[in-house]
Amino acid sequence: MNYQEIIRKTSLKDDRIIVMTAENRAVLRELPDLLGNRFIDTGITEQTMVGSAAGLALRGRIPICHALASFLTLRAFEFIRTDVGIANLPVKLSGFIPGFLSDGNGPTHQSLEDISIMRGIPNMEVYAPADNNDMVEMLPQIWSSNKPSYLRLMHIESTFKHSKFTLGKAEVIEIGNDINILVYGFMFKYALETTQELKKLGYSVGLINMRSLKPIDEECIINLSKNGSTLVTIEDHFKTGGLYTILAETLLNNNMTAKVIPIAMEEKWFKPGRIDEVLDHEGFSTEKITERILNKIR
Amino acid sequence: MNKIKKKNLEKLSLKVREHIIEMSGNGGCFIGASLSCTDLIVYLYESFLNINKNNLDDINRDYFLLSKGHDVPALYGTFAEIGIIEKDRLKNHLSVKDNIYWHPNTKIPGVEFHSGSLGHLPSVSIGIALDCKIRNADNKIIVVTGDGELNEGSVWESLLVASAYNLDNLTIVVDRNEFQANMETEKLIPLEPLVDKFESFGCEVKRINGHSFDDLENTFTKLPFKKNKPSVIICDTVRGKGLPSIEKKADRWFVNFSKSEIKNLIKELHGEGEANLTSDTLTVR
Repeated sequence: MNYQEIIRKTSLKDDRIIVMTAENRAVLRELPDLLGNRFIDTGITEQTMVGSAAGLALRGRIPICHALASFLTLRAFEFIRTDVGIANLPVKLSGFIPGFLSDGNGPTHQSLEDISIMRGIPNMEVYAPADNNDMVEMLPQIWSSNKPSYLRLMHIESTFKHSKFTLGKAEVIEIGNDINILVYGFMFKYALETTQELKKLGYSVGLINMRSLKPIDEECIINLSKNGSTLVTIEDHFKTGGLYTILAETLLNNNMTAKVIPIAMEEKWFKPGRIDEVLDHEGFSTEKITERILNKIR
Repeated sequence: MNKIKKKNLEKLSLKVREHIIEMSGNGGCFIGASLSCTDLIVYLYESFLNINKNNLDDINRDYFLLSKGHDVPALYGTFAEIGIIEKDRLKNHLSVKDNIYWHPNTKIPGVEFHSGSLGHLPSVSIGIALDCKIRNADNKIIVVTGDGELNEGSVWESLLVASAYNLDNLTIVVDRNEFQANMETEKLIPLEPLVDKFESFGCEVKRINGHSFDDLENTFTKLPFKKNKPSVIICDTVRGKGLPSIEKKADRWFVNFSKSEIKNLIKELHGEGEANLTSDTLTVR
């Protein structure tokens, strides 16, 4: 099943669902014919789409809004915060090509602060699945909740078999005694490969797929920090306001501390290009991440 | 409009204006923008909209959304007069014990949606109108914007969408009092020719005297003006209408009057001489 199939299945079962887009149809192509007037394309108008979604939600609908992650969260930010957030309406936002997925577009399209700004809105939930399978596992629960939410849409397939999703819970792949990697979204694949590389060198390494950045699985973070291992956060997001920040906040809130290695974009946008080259250039390839971690713990 | 009906509306408007004046002290309010749209709001709730204290949650009710926000004393004053809220509640203006502050919010019965940030409710109204179309429901949806508010690009963006989706159940009413916060609109960001602008965005437009109940009745009862087109009604109004001492005065945007000034303004409202006002307008709001 892919994104379009799950949205089709959900919307056919639940006529409260309205599929909206600000003229991004890449993963929605079959839906206009299928949903008729429950498919609404507002054109390149992120603000109007989100404001209208709030109006639809006032009438009992559950709108799912689509646009490129950067334009959805930035251009329409105040509409999300003011019309959806203040009113606490069940508007579901799906941002395309967040983080490194916008490989060749350049900084205008790079959504590297979406987690930070979305989680700053009271009532808003924030989800970032690791791959298509993970997303398909998560979406039914996200869409059936009565809360507003932001999704980092992750369409890339993988063969990894994810466990069942529970709202607000991370997926603990395994727990390590030396190093535990916390990751979300696109970087999951590379974090997984990194754990394998580090294991080859004899380290006991764990991996956590965060899935939900807000609410955060506080219990999971507390347990990890208790075992004395080095925690590594990996994210295709600015270091400010993302998982590293969330980890720091969670530890402080619980009077705890930990040795943490943040791997994130630091105060800059990434160099656009073909994805593998981008990852290598920015230090986010499996090889580079492994090296960065080893440099810190050796 | 027959004489009895008009007299009743005029009486109601006077009472709502009294409430607005009462709210202009002890912390103050945006009095000018409230007085300019009082007649419009009174007309709509008393004579036109299918909204009353008993149907506020009915899915078939009409929708009224106040996008310009600052003029909420006119809305609350009207709510008090038609029984949607208790008149006594207006005394809670700016008390943290209640929710009657400078912008509309849904903790007050009858408020469909909060506003304050300009240029939002046209798009929220589009969502409501779209749902009514999907359900083949004939609710009327009225959204009031200020004229200064038309500076916001989101208003024009939303008109493109309303027009594309043939939302003839949506009416945008502009309270054209010719002022934005501190300036006359035409001296800052000129809006005219406003009718042409709305027409070119695909709307059917009428321009009327927003203080004339005859004009209001003759226009609103003809909605929608054209099948498949959103309607726009530009109401030419006077900022501060009813109080010559503040009418059309750029520095009477936000006011916080003393008790004696309020007493004198109520006298002025009833034609008993102009009030002598010494309180400064507070512009940092």
